[in-house]
Amino acid sequence: MSNASLEAAPFASSGQPQPGAPDNWKRFFSFSTDHKVIGIQYITTAFVFFLFGGLLAMVMRGELITPAADLVDRTVYNGLFTMHGTIMLFMWTFPVLNGFANYLVPLQIGARDMAFPRLNAVAFWMVPVFGVILVASFFIPGGPSQSGWWAYPPVSLQNPTGNLINGQSLWLLAVALSGISSILGAVNIVTTIFRMRAPGMGWFRMPAFCWTVLAAQLIQLFGLPALTAGAVMLLCDLSVGTSFFNPDLGGDPILYQHFFWFYSHPAVYVIILPVFGMFSEIFPVYSRKPLFGYKIVAVSSIIITVLSAMVWVHHMFASGTPGWMRMLFMFSTMLISVPTGIKVFAWVATVWGGKIRLSTPMLFALGGLVMFLFSGITGIMLAAVPFDIHVNNTYFVVGHFHYVIYGATVMGVYAAIYHWFPKMTGRMYYEGLGKLHFALTFIGANLNFFPMHPMGLMGMPRRVASYDPEFAFWNVLASLGGFLLGVSTLPFILNILSSWVQGKPAPANPWKAIGLEWLVDSPPPHENFDEIPVVISAPYGYGLDEPLVASPSGELASEHN
Amino acid sequence: MTRRNIFILSALAIAYALISLWVGQQAYRWMPPQASAESVLVDNLFSFLVTIGTFIFLGITGTLLFSAIFQRAAKYDYSDGPGIEGNITLEVVWTAIPFALVIWIGVYSYQIYDQMGILGPMDHSAHGAMGMAVAEAAPSEATVAEESTPPQIEVRARQWAWEFYYPDQNITSTELHLPVNQRARLLLSSEDVIHGLYVPAFRVKQDVVPGEEIDFEFTPIRKGRYRLRDSQYSGTYFAANQTNVVVESEEAYQDWLAIAAANSPTAAENRAIAEFTQAEQNPISLGWESVKPAPAPVVNYSSSEKDTYE
Repeated sequence: MSNASLEAAPFASSGQPQPGAPDNWKRFFSFSTDHKVIGIQYITTAFVFFLFGGLLAMVMRGELITPAADLVDRTVYNGLFTMHGTIMLFMWTFPVLNGFANYLVPLQIGARDMAFPRLNAVAFWMVPVFGVILVASFFIPGGPSQSGWWAYPPVSLQNPTGNLINGQSLWLLAVALSGISSILGAVNIVTTIFRMRAPGMGWFRMPAFCWTVLAAQLIQLFGLPALTAGAVMLLCDLSVGTSFFNPDLGGDPILYQHFFWFYSHPAVYVIILPVFGMFSEIFPVYSRKPLFGYKIVAVSSIIITVLSAMVWVHHMFASGTPGWMRMLFMFSTMLISVPTGIKVFAWVATVWGGKIRLSTPMLFALGGLVMFLFSGITGIMLAAVPFDIHVNNTYFVVGHFHYVIYGATVMGVYAAIYHWFPKMTGRMYYEGLGKLHFALTFIGANLNFFPMHPMGLMGMPRRVASYDPEFAFWNVLASLGGFLLGVSTLPFILNILSSWVQGKPAPANPWKAIGLEWLVDSPPPHENFDEIPVVISAPYGYGLDEPLVASPSGELASEHN
Repeated sequence: MTRRNIFILSALAIAYALISLWVGQQAYRWMPPQASAESVLVDNLFSFLVTIGTFIFLGITGTLLFSAIFQRAAKYDYSDGPGIEGNITLEVVWTAIPFALVIWIGVYSYQIYDQMGILGPMDHSAHGAMGMAVAEAAPSEATVAEESTPPQIEVRARQWAWEFYYPDQNITSTELHLPVNQRARLLLSSEDVIHGLYVPAFRVKQDVVPGEEIDFEFTPIRKGRYRLRDSQYSGTYFAANQTNVVVESEEAYQDWLAIAAANSPTAAENRAIAEFTQAEQNPISLGWESVKPAPAPVVNYSSSEKDTYE
């Protein structure tokens, strides 16, 4: 596509805006089938739930700032940590990453939309439905589920209210719906990547983000059926008295743990893989160098997908598992650090010797990488069974996975939001507020989550509403960090809202980045490309002076070098 | 690579290694006291992991920090850096070294786990297994084997109390007493949901699964009073489901058994029941129902949580 064709884009001149046209803000509140609209719908919906889940966490940190259970009832605390975990995973990380996949994949592979646009909209509109179910469970008698986000039986089967509609049954319904929505999304994204790449975009010309999204969505396809089946079986045990997992009736509670973790461990890779993809996109742009070892970085995502299916028992090292099983899964778990290590080294080598620009996305990506590295090291420690026996179900694990989920994932998502914000909205964000946001987030996250490691080493179990006074010091620090993280969202919200309304208009390619999404206007027109580009080179041609797409767009690509 | 660069890199590697070794030694101090033979093994493994982890962390963050500080683009320089797309040798090296490293860590961890011999689900104590095997061959010898080691102490977990049953003396207690330097043999069972037996000072933990009886072993090596915690979330009063382990000399242990046997069973103090019946009001109280705690265990010996903490 040439500049000329962009200027001739019809939406500006036509009196009636098209449903998906970038100047029609009402489209964000409609059943739109435009992948860009759905992507932004996912991201903003998820962010609202992120704030809600964060609020729950701040109440928890308020309870934990003193050893005694003296702020909220124990039942309320148990409901809070259950819903905090559930909302952060099912309502924030999955949807926000699906939002980025939706927005970016068609643009990056040179497609006009997803393979199944209507299915895409259906998958999105299920998110607010099960989100409302989850939030509604706070207002029914007995409150929401209080069995933790794992919902292990027999605790999850106890139902003290005796009602058929209770927090646990609504929770299971929401999780099953979330599973269906994610499977629909996965079918769509995988099909899109397989079938709708632009001419010339072979597998090894596809951006790393698309590789990681593919790897993540394949996990959804093989893993989610296990979780959804487990949730339905548990719902049957709870509501109609079957005995899959109820030991009083001869059921096996450990079987549930296998169903649950067979999906929920790979789910961590569903979350972290696209963030790896974001890192792989962002480091080259702000270092002005090609992604180091692109092909092996791309393939390592698929290796992680395969290995992720063989590690779930590491969540059960202290559970009902025999010694041989613990040893087997210790080795498989450790192996997954090899492809992950390849990526980390590749990012370091990408940054090394570059022309680095520490703008907000780069700061968040670097901060996220350092925090991910830390969580990776504690992850290897946790894989070592004898050490895990000590810290399993303690705050050490909580600290570890918050470094993954907040340190790497939330920081990576923030990096991605800033990086693609001009593309999505056609406006530039404010750099100063972005840097303030980074500083508060980085300090807050470390202050909140680092102290959890010493707490866990000393033996403080997770999920406790009260604790022995020996843990008080580190808990006070963690609580202060938690409140700081709450504050850190304020400059972000201010930045995004004000710049979306009146920010400086963004050019098509404000970062001089290489990639098909940067060849179209900001925001991209309806159906993205007037003329589908023909890709003629690998995706990260920084410093190589080779055009990304064939002329007539060729001269556009060379401008970016 | 110039000679100067090789020198700088080697000096850095040595400095990182020295710092890592020092941090690895500090790691022992981050743990609770070493009160069991297993804790010594686990702490050695942890120190080793911390040493390696520190080296990797320093190496990578050091490199990134150097780049972020010294390799910045000039303000108006929007040109590209060198177009280096990869280096096969380097990529092979950073695949092979981590691979070898994790195999090393795995084998070391395997050896430690083997030495701990804490048993767990589907692993049975040599004592029990031998007893059964011998029993089939010659019943008389089996009884000899039974006598040589005391029977397992039965650990009964419920919502929300721990109860320990000593079969030889036929006594129950809410506090676990163990003689020092002798293998502690426990038989874990739960009456309701999954609980977790966890003594941080011993570095041992095992989920207690309803419907299963699990053999569990370790060796206390240090006299003292330690916390025993429920490590698997077990419902409303989960956090209050704690008690103490007392490790004492053989004589003190025998004295305690005698005192406990002389006591008539009484209902123990129980935090969950106390809170449940009081229904104390917290600032944020929403009246959500809780599972009713099981009746307080009726035991020969109990200690008050008030003497300990909180």
